[in-house]
Amino acid sequence: MSPRSDPDALSRPDDHIDAPERDAAPASPRQPEDGAVTQPKLGAVGWLRFAWRQLTSMRTALLLLLLLAIAAVPGSLVPQRSSDPNGVSQYFADNPDLAPVLDSFQMFDVYTSAWFSAVYLLLFVSLIGCVIPRTKHHFEALRARPPRTPARLSRLAGYTERPLVVPEPAEGTAASTGSATDAAADAAIDAAAAQLKQAGYRVERYDLRGEASVSAERGYLRETGNLVFHTALLGILVAVGIGGGFGFSGQRVVVEGQSFVNTLAAYDSFNPGRFFDDANLDPYRLELEELDAVYETQNQEAIGQPIDFTARVSVQAQDGAAEPGVVKVNEPLRVHGTDVYLLGNGYAPTITVRDPDGEVVFTDSVPFLPQDANLTSIGVVKVPDGLADQLGMVGFLYPTQTTLPSGAYTSSYPDLVFPVLTLNVYQGDLGIDDGVPTSVYTLDPSSMEQLTGGSTGVDSIELMPGETVDLPNGLGSITFENADPDAAADDYSTSVSRFASFDIHNDPSQGWVLVFAVLILAGLLVSLFVPRRRMWVKAARRPDGTVVLEYAGLARGEDPGLEDAVAAFADKHAGGPPQPAKRNPST
Amino acid sequence: MTLDQISITLVYSAMAVYAVAFIAYAIDLARRSAAATAAVAVAVEAPAAVGAPVSTKVAEPVEAAAAVEAPASTSSANGAMAYGRSPSLRVGVAMTVVAWLLHLAADVTRGIAAERVPWANMYEFALTGTLIITTVYLLVLVVSKHDLRFLGTFVTGLVLVLLGVATVNFYVSVVPLPPALQSAWLVIHVFVATSSVGFFALGFALSVVQLLQSRRESLVASAKAVKQSFLATLPDSATLENLAYRVTIVGFILWTFTLMAGAIWAEAAWGRYWGWDTKEVWTFIIWVVYAGYIHARATRGWRGSRSAWLAIIGFSTVLFNFTVVNLFFKGLHAYSGL
Repeated sequence: MSPRSDPDALSRPDDHIDAPERDAAPASPRQPEDGAVTQPKLGAVGWLRFAWRQLTSMRTALLLLLLLAIAAVPGSLVPQRSSDPNGVSQYFADNPDLAPVLDSFQMFDVYTSAWFSAVYLLLFVSLIGCVIPRTKHHFEALRARPPRTPARLSRLAGYTERPLVVPEPAEGTAASTGSATDAAADAAIDAAAAQLKQAGYRVERYDLRGEASVSAERGYLRETGNLVFHTALLGILVAVGIGGGFGFSGQRVVVEGQSFVNTLAAYDSFNPGRFFDDANLDPYRLELEELDAVYETQNQEAIGQPIDFTARVSVQAQDGAAEPGVVKVNEPLRVHGTDVYLLGNGYAPTITVRDPDGEVVFTDSVPFLPQDANLTSIGVVKVPDGLADQLGMVGFLYPTQTTLPSGAYTSSYPDLVFPVLTLNVYQGDLGIDDGVPTSVYTLDPSSMEQLTGGSTGVDSIELMPGETVDLPNGLGSITFENADPDAAADDYSTSVSRFASFDIHNDPSQGWVLVFAVLILAGLLVSLFVPRRRMWVKAARRPDGTVVLEYAGLARGEDPGLEDAVAAFADKHAGGPPQPAKRNPST
Repeated sequence: MTLDQISITLVYSAMAVYAVAFIAYAIDLARRSAAATAAVAVAVEAPAAVGAPVSTKVAEPVEAAAAVEAPASTSSANGAMAYGRSPSLRVGVAMTVVAWLLHLAADVTRGIAAERVPWANMYEFALTGTLIITTVYLLVLVVSKHDLRFLGTFVTGLVLVLLGVATVNFYVSVVPLPPALQSAWLVIHVFVATSSVGFFALGFALSVVQLLQSRRESLVASAKAVKQSFLATLPDSATLENLAYRVTIVGFILWTFTLMAGAIWAEAAWGRYWGWDTKEVWTFIIWVVYAGYIHARATRGWRGSRSAWLAIIGFSTVLFNFTVVNLFFKGLHAYSGL
C-alpha cells in the first residue's frame, strides 16, 4: 500500500544511530540545502528549517536532558518557597547579603523559574518535533508490507543454512526431480511463512529470480511503545500545567470538639490554582471528635517515639446526616471531592481569663505549636478586650515537665504525664487594632510591657490543668482548664485537648497524571524489551542446481537475542541443527 | 543473644567472607595480567610456533594453568584472550555465594527482629541494598552468556566498603516504624529503589571496564606499545558496552517505577504527589541522567565512551543521593534514623 519500497529510514533525527548516514544518503532534491556544501546562503526559511533540524536532533535533546538534570540541582541546595517557605525566611535571615542575589536568579523558586522552564519547554518542543514525524511514519510502516528479501542473505545477522528435504518421487510418476524440488521449496517457504506468522511476524511471500522466499518483520510494538512513552511525558506536562490550575490546597487547624466548614473563610491558609473558582467548594462540615496519639512505651531505644496518630472525625454534608470518618497519616479521608490529610498535631490548652470581678473576658483552646519530639510547645494568647489594657501571653506547654540541671524546663515525653503550662504576660498594645493581619502564633511585644518572666524579676505564671492563679498588677485571674475534670486526680492523660492540622486538597488532574504515568511505564517496558527484527527465509538455488534453505535476520534497534532467534527458528523450521556432513549419525 | 545481635554477627561474618572473596578476585586479576604478559612473551619467543602447542616455556613462569591454553595469536586487540580456568576465580565466586548466604540470613534476621521489612532506616537500606547488589551480580553470572566473574573484585569491594560504613556509622537498634512509614508502599517503593541500585552498580562497573578496555583498544590500534594487563583477557569494549546497557536499562525501568510509586505514596502521606522535596529532586536528576544515557546510546557520536561516562555520572548521583542527600540535606525523606 505504501509506495515506499524501503521503510528502513525510521524517520529518526539525522544523528540517531538507526538513521542512515548523512554522507551515505545524498540529499533529496526536495531539500537542496541539505547536503550542499556549496550553497552560498540559507534563506529565512532555510534558516528556520536549519534551526528546527538542530532543535529536534538527538544531540540537542541529549544536551537539554543533561542541562535539565543540572538545572534541577540548585533547588536541592537552597530552600524552596514551594516546599519550605520557612526555610527561605531563615535563609534570608542567615545570609542577608547572598539571599537577595540568589533571589534575583529565582534560586528560591527554581522549578517555576524562567531558566528552568526554558530548559524543559525547549526539551518538550524538541520532543514534539521528533515525535510527530515519527508517529506519522510509524502509521505508514504499520500498513506497509515487509520489504523485499535481500539478494544475499549471507551478509546479514545470524545467517544459517539448512538442507531442503525433497521427498523421493513416488514410483511410477513421471515428475522430474526439478519440479519436485520446486514444490518442496514452495512448501517449505509456505511452512516458514505460517510459522513466522504464528510467532507474531508480519509476513510477505516474494518470488524473486525464481527463488521462493518469505520476508517477515515483527516488533512494531517497540516503536509504538517508544511513541507512547514520549507522548505520555507530554501528557503529564499538560495535565500538571493545566489540570493542576483547577485545584486548590488549604490548611486548617481544628481542636478536638471543634469543627470547620469547607468555605474559603474557614481556612487558615488557602492556595487556589490559577483557574480555581471558590464557588466550587462544597460546604461540608468536618468535626474533629478525637485525636488519638500513641507513643512507644516498651522499647527502651525508642521511648516516646510516635506509633500512631488517628483523627476521628465526623463529616456532615450541607443537607445530610453526619458520617463518621478516620484520617490517619498515610490514609487520607477522601470525601466530597476533597482529600483530607492529617499532617500535624499538638496540644491546644484551654485557657480562661477573668477580670478582677470574676467575669470571663477570654476563654479558648489555643493551639500550641510543637517545637521538639517531646512536644515542648509554644503558643500565644491574646486578650484584646475586657481588661483595662490589652493583654498578651507567650506560653510554653510541657506535656511531661522535667527540670534540666540548668533550671530550665523541658519535656521528657510527648504524652500527658505531668503537663505544665508557663506563661509570660505582656500588657499594652497588641497591634491588632489597625487592620494589619497578624499571625495568631506570634506576639509583637514592641509596644507592650512585660509583667512576668525574663528580666522583670517576677516569676512566670506556672499552671497545671485545673489550676487558677491571679494575674500580676491585679489584672484578674487565669485558669488552665482541665479538659477532663472527672478524671482521677493524678491522671492527666486526657487533661489537655489536642488539635489536628489538616491539609485539604483537591487536584482534578491527579487521575490523569496517574494514567500518563502508567502509560510511561508500559511504553518504556515495551520500547526497551520488545525486539524489532526482520527475518528472511529463502530457498536459494546453488550453481549446481541444488536448493538450500537460507535464514537470516536484521536487528532494528537493540536486539541482543537476534542471532539466537534466527538459529532457533531455523531449527524449528528445518528440524534440528545442521548435521556436519562427515559426522556419523548419532545413536 | 537477641535476634538483632545475631543479625549483626552474621553481617560481620558475611563481611569476613566477602573480604576473602575480594582477595581471591584480586589475585585472579593479577594472574590475568601475568597470563597476558606471558602470552605476548610466547608470541615473541616462538614466532614460528604459531598454532603449535606451546607448553613448558609458559607453564613454568606462570603458576596458573591458564596461559598454557593461550595460543600465541591471542595477543591481538580484538576478542578476549583465552584465559582458561583460574582456581582463585572459582574460590572468589564460591566465597561470594557463602557471603551472600550469610548476608541474606543477616538481613532476614534483622527483619524478623524488627517485625517488618528490613529497609526502614539508613542502616537497613545499606544492608538490603548491598545484599541486592550481590544478588544481581550472582544472577547475572547465571544468566549471562559472557563470563563476568571478573566483576567480582568491584562487587565484593563495593559491598564490603558499604557494609563497613553501614555497621560503623549508620547502625541503629530496632525501633518501631514512625506513622509516615506505616504503608504498603514501604515494602514496594523502597525495595524497588534498592533493586535498581543493584543494577545501576553493575552497569557502572561494566562501564568503567568498558572505558579502560576502549582506551587499551585505541592504543593497540595506534600500534603503540601496550602494557599487557588483565584487560586482555576480558571481552572487548563493544561487548562490555552492550552488557552495561542491558543491565542499566533494567535499573532504569525499576527507577522509573520507584519514582512513580514514590509519587503515589507521597500523595497519600504528604498530600501531594510531587513537591520538589530534596529526595524527589535527586530521584528526578538520577532519572534524567540515565534517560540521557539511553539517548546517548542512540546518538551518533555519543555511543561508546561518552555514554559510558554518563552511566558513571549516573551511578555517582545514585551514591550521592543515598549518602549526602540522606545525611546532610533537609527534606521530608528524613528516615535515616540518625
